[in-house]
Amino acid sequence: MKVTINGSAREVPHGTTVAQAVRTLTSATTGVAVAVNDEVVTRGTWETTALSDSDRVEVLTAVQGG
Amino acid sequence: MDDLVIAGEKFSSRLIMGTGGAPSLEVLDQALVASGTGLTTVAMRRLDPAARGSVLDVLRRRDIKVLPNTAGCFTAGDAVLTARLAREALGTDWVKLEVIADERTLLPDPIETFDAAERLVADGFTVLPYIGDDPALARRLEQAGCAAVMPLGAPIGSGLGIRNPHSIELIVEAAGVPVILDAGIGTASDAALAMELGCDAVLLATAVTRAQRPDLMAAAMKGAVEAGRLARQAGRIPRRRYAEASSPVGP
Repeated sequence: MKVTINGSAREVPHGTTVAQAVRTLTSATTGVAVAVNDEVVTRGTWETTALSDSDRVEVLTAVQGG
Repeated sequence: MDDLVIAGEKFSSRLIMGTGGAPSLEVLDQALVASGTGLTTVAMRRLDPAARGSVLDVLRRRDIKVLPNTAGCFTAGDAVLTARLAREALGTDWVKLEVIADERTLLPDPIETFDAAERLVADGFTVLPYIGDDPALARRLEQAGCAAVMPLGAPIGSGLGIRNPHSIELIVEAAGVPVILDAGIGTASDAALAMELGCDAVLLATAVTRAQRPDLMAAAMKGAVEAGRLARQAGRIPRRRYAEASSPVGP
């Protein structure tokens, strides 16, 4: 199935979890937050939340600003 | 100097720093140390796998409280989502709420800002909204439950100083929450003026991070904020049209 991770189209297997999507970008689990289709997915549920076709995954962290 | 208190939390420095614009994390680190700040903003962006080092490491090492902002948001909905992501990533419910109206001026959008503030307060956030120098909006945001108000001195990054000191004074007079002068500071005298006008703190970034010597300017800002605070507490003399002799007159 196709999903979008931080704006890039990706082909991933069915059943791919949020945790697996995050690991394509980073091994960090702190200082990182995830939204799927503009809803926050809390860290405790990354492993158990499966992505669906066409999901938009945003993986954010803190950067210099303000 | 007396402590700054925001939402019951005490800070020994009245200088709040931003982290934008620093050429490197090393330069930022030196500037933060020189500023003496205890509270510093960061922005939330897409994770870049190629990025080396993190601003969070710098803040953690220096024991500086992190204040995530919603910079880059144009709508209340965007700002609320960004604040929730920041809470999840950073473990803080504090947020500098920033909803801008357009790219050219980066001026805050009062309608979207107020909408987002109400939603974030209801969601348990400690909200510090960035606003124009508008006394009426400042009052409404305080009534809506914001923990502070952050009126601008001038547009972000402009270095134009405090364009409307009278409005800042009106905001200070009416406020029951801390007033933090945010944006527009160009040099130390601007920061001192903000404190002399009665602001409780100053937030600045560009004036330090893009100075030729960021660590030196950070030290200057630290001194200016302290001097301005002391002058405010001391009570300045009234302005006079003519001279008043300070030595005895006559023989």
